[in-house]
Amino acid sequence: MSEQHTPLWEVFIRSRNGMSHRHAGSIHAADAEMALQAARDVYTRRGEGLSIWVVPSAAIIASDPSEKDMMFEPTGDKIYRHPTFYEIPEEVGNM
Amino acid sequence: MYTQSLNTAVQRDGAEEDPQKLAAFQAKIDREEKIEPNDWMPAAYRKTLIRQISQHAHSEIVGMLPEGNWITRAPSLKRKAALLAKVQDEGGHGLYLYSAAETLGISREEMVEQLHTGKAKYSSIFNYPTLNWADVGAVGWLVDGAAIMNQIPLCRCSYGPYARAMIRICKEESFHQRQGYELLLTMMKGSEDQRQMVQDAVNRLWWPALMMFGPSDKDSVNTADSMRWKIKRFTNDELRQKFVDATVPQAEVLGITLPDPDLRFDEESGHYVYGEPNWEEFYNSIKGNGICNKQRLKDRVKAHTDGAWVREAALAYARKERERREAGKQAAE
Repeated sequence: MSEQHTPLWEVFIRSRNGMSHRHAGSIHAADAEMALQAARDVYTRRGEGLSIWVVPSAAIIASDPSEKDMMFEPTGDKIYRHPTFYEIPEEVGNM
Repeated sequence: MYTQSLNTAVQRDGAEEDPQKLAAFQAKIDREEKIEPNDWMPAAYRKTLIRQISQHAHSEIVGMLPEGNWITRAPSLKRKAALLAKVQDEGGHGLYLYSAAETLGISREEMVEQLHTGKAKYSSIFNYPTLNWADVGAVGWLVDGAAIMNQIPLCRCSYGPYARAMIRICKEESFHQRQGYELLLTMMKGSEDQRQMVQDAVNRLWWPALMMFGPSDKDSVNTADSMRWKIKRFTNDELRQKFVDATVPQAEVLGITLPDPDLRFDEESGHYVYGEPNWEEFYNSIKGNGICNKQRLKDRVKAHTDGAWVREAALAYARKERERREAGKQAAE
């Protein structure tokens, strides 16, 4: 293929103040400015956002799904990290 | 998050899959867990999805053409604004879907090339012309209506990025169908000529809309795997039946007839019985010999070729800016 590839960007949108930015999808654009404009046109046509982040997809470091167990299994047996692990007499009420 | 860094090479066709991995994969799907881009998946699942999602994306993009045809001739500012918004949505839907397909390891450029060389298909419906203004309404009502019927179950598709794209798309499609139906209702309240235009548009688009669900189950080659993998939740004929059942009462409210002499309500099953679509016409259109196939592809290729200098200029500008920044940084050090 003779055509040059246009870089890929990941798009994150804050739907309203008080919310964190959330991944909305991705977009192709030659530079950051065009990526922002394209993200606005593609992902916020109906007032979906107040703020957009665009990040070059290649800059994201991801954990490997095949190592999911090694990464996350150690928290599985640490039930003492949850409030329900501790018994409190009923008369104490909500705690 | 769709980086390609972890994607392993796609397996060769016919290569043996590891039976243990295969069983774990199927078990995951059976538990209604989503498959995400970097998870292990059988090569055939990947291939099926790339084909389906890219063709879905192509359909959205080519679908901009028959309606775009009417933007400059919309009868009022309100209709023009609605049509512009709808056509822009279709472009957006194409982009969501291309992104979803790219997570499977195919590039945007490859997909566009497959469309332009005729290697990839798109929905047969867009090879029919839009001859009068009522066609814009009939496309919204019938074509988007059929698309919604097809797409709602896809929101629960086992492949995460496809399902998420479909959720966004379905939210937006509802406006498409309603504006089309309202447009037709307005014309039905107009002159006799306008009512005839509506009837004419529906006469031409009814059968092509039914064909959008694909061949009859007995002739559909892709259904079994797709059902097992929960890419599809209903067969072509099941979806077609749902569409007919939903649409016939809407046609009655509109005050038009549907061009099917066999159409009748069956008390016993509670469903409408309908005639057999002309499958020869369907396959002809799929093979590239429909009424507008050549025109549609020509228009797409032209738009892409005419835009090449813009893409090149944008990339050259980005490169120049990057080099300038780097030179500035070095000078400062």
